[in-house]
Amino acid sequence: MCRGWCERVTVTAAPLHLPYLHTAKAIIPTTHITLHMKTKIIKTLRFIGLGFLEPLIRLISGEEPQKNASLFLKKAILPVASIFIFVLIWHTGATALYNSEASARIEKARTEQGEAAATAMKACIESGDISCQPNTLPSPAKVWAAYKALWADHVQIAQKKEEFQSKVAATNEQRAAQGLAPITYTGRPSFVDQIGTSLKTVAAGFLLAMFIAVPIGIIMGLSDSLRTAFNWLIQIFKPVSPVVWLLLVFMIVKTLITDPTMDKSFIISFISVGLCAMWATLVNTSMGVASVDKDYINVAKVLKLNIGQNIFKIILPASLPLIFTGLRITVSVAWMVLIAIELLAQSPGLGSFVWEEFQNGANDSNAKIIVAMFVIGTIGFLLDRIMLSVQNLMTFNKTTA
Amino acid sequence: MEALLKEAPKVNHHLDHMPNMLVCENLQKVYPTPTGDYVVLDDLQLEIKQSEFVSIIGHSGCGKSTLLTMIAGLNEISGGTIYVDGEPVREAGPDRAVVFQSPSLLPWLTALQNVLIGVKQVFPSASKAEKLEICKYYLDKVGLGNDFHKKATELSQGMQQRVGIARAFALKPKILLLDEPFGMLDSLTRGELQDVLLEIWQKEKITAVAITHDVDESIFLADRVIMMTSGPYAKIGDELVIPFARPRNRKEVLEHPEYYDYRAYLLNFLNH
Repeated sequence: MCRGWCERVTVTAAPLHLPYLHTAKAIIPTTHITLHMKTKIIKTLRFIGLGFLEPLIRLISGEEPQKNASLFLKKAILPVASIFIFVLIWHTGATALYNSEASARIEKARTEQGEAAATAMKACIESGDISCQPNTLPSPAKVWAAYKALWADHVQIAQKKEEFQSKVAATNEQRAAQGLAPITYTGRPSFVDQIGTSLKTVAAGFLLAMFIAVPIGIIMGLSDSLRTAFNWLIQIFKPVSPVVWLLLVFMIVKTLITDPTMDKSFIISFISVGLCAMWATLVNTSMGVASVDKDYINVAKVLKLNIGQNIFKIILPASLPLIFTGLRITVSVAWMVLIAIELLAQSPGLGSFVWEEFQNGANDSNAKIIVAMFVIGTIGFLLDRIMLSVQNLMTFNKTTA
Repeated sequence: MEALLKEAPKVNHHLDHMPNMLVCENLQKVYPTPTGDYVVLDDLQLEIKQSEFVSIIGHSGCGKSTLLTMIAGLNEISGGTIYVDGEPVREAGPDRAVVFQSPSLLPWLTALQNVLIGVKQVFPSASKAEKLEICKYYLDKVGLGNDFHKKATELSQGMQQRVGIARAFALKPKILLLDEPFGMLDSLTRGELQDVLLEIWQKEKITAVAITHDVDESIFLADRVIMMTSGPYAKIGDELVIPFARPRNRKEVLEHPEYYDYRAYLLNFLNH
């Protein structure tokens, strides 16, 4: 039922009984099953990139408490402490900026309108009235409030949407029977909807990058002359800014797509994202294919594999680790350029959210922009973790412990 | 030493009736360098009978691996011709199976799949069950036991090399080429694998050429030891027929009264 790893677990557990008699007391009551579970949990955690929780699991199960406690402190508490210090510095900086902006306003009122206006301005700022608040870097508390406001807004919109759906459900059924398109909700998208749109754009861009870069990378990797031929073009195009790619794609798409019902801004933004992000995969794939271990090539020669077998049975599996390293870079580049591209292409998503907030200059706009910044960072981090797990899955060089 | 030379036959008489399986004629290998051509092998002549096990020894860099890769078709021939079963060698092929120094298993495949990929090439018309049977037979013979479905990376070096040997035999080649097959293993594992190799070879009697720099290994494995001179312009310096009866047993070979004479003869060649 569990050949392989069961045996390994028993092997690692066995020596514990002899040399560490004091810890053995803690070990003996934990049965064979929980040992399994612990190993499994730790393996999974490591795999999904949450390896820092490993000492905590070991600590809870009573394994070498001192060592694991200090390991946990180091791996989990230190990062949390650094976040705390970061927030503290941010708070201090934001307060200083707020005070300096406030005193500048009071001073301005004094020089332009006299002492009475200055006192009025001071009172207005202290009262927290929206009309005269200093417009500067928001403090962590304000950002947190803005986050809560955005979430409340999302809940409200989601509710409205649901109501709308239930209202039009019957009509839509009729329309479907008549072969007409269903009525869809066209209200303002919430912040969460914007995130969804951005993820969709990045996914489309990533798939485009993959379907262009991997096959071309393989062909280039196989032929030394092709690699030499395209090297300069790649070196020139690789550093081109996302903005320029967007304009280029815009020129082409504008001419090619004349159908007004198609979502042009989405097409433009996902193609631009794909074109910006594909270079890492292209370079890595061609490098991976070109540097397949000579021993494997010799095996293929001795077995007289044909070109197709050679590519699919030897070259592609051998270069998968490098291809996935490239794809991981592609995902993070795609997510990074997405915001700028959405902003310029006026395609809905986080980019346009940031731009609109910057333009409308409402009292909590700055705080909302900072919320978007953290959301963008967190999602980028999660995407990278997912790609890292996939990459680990594809790497065969490591012995799977 | 002189006495041994007179006694030791230069020809393997038990192979007299066998045809030549491998013939190298005026073989030459030249590597061009910026300072002129570097001649590794020059005017090399070699004849190996069918079902003969030959080991080639020589100092590192003498070109013995070059010779083997040329026979395998993995290295270009600069001059002369290599005939395998009467046909000149032009490219690599499964009729000349190679056991490489590093096991060179495909790490993303299991032990079984590593053997199967070759069997599929050589027996395309066999049924799936027959192909699997061939693979399992050889994996069993090399002592892989229950590890058929382990990934190559999960196996130890020695186990990987066992799979390498099974993969080579499963191709049913005309010639088995072994390029320092046990060079990367510790001496205990090396001994085990030599026994495994000889045991399976005893049944198949495939013409075999083994490169080695281990004098004892060359005697234990081979019917004939070929000694190569040091390069450049390396050629065959001397050869020694090992008449020990087969199947061979390590203990018997080591206790053979003439064993140390043969060993001394080879060492004497290498040290001059």
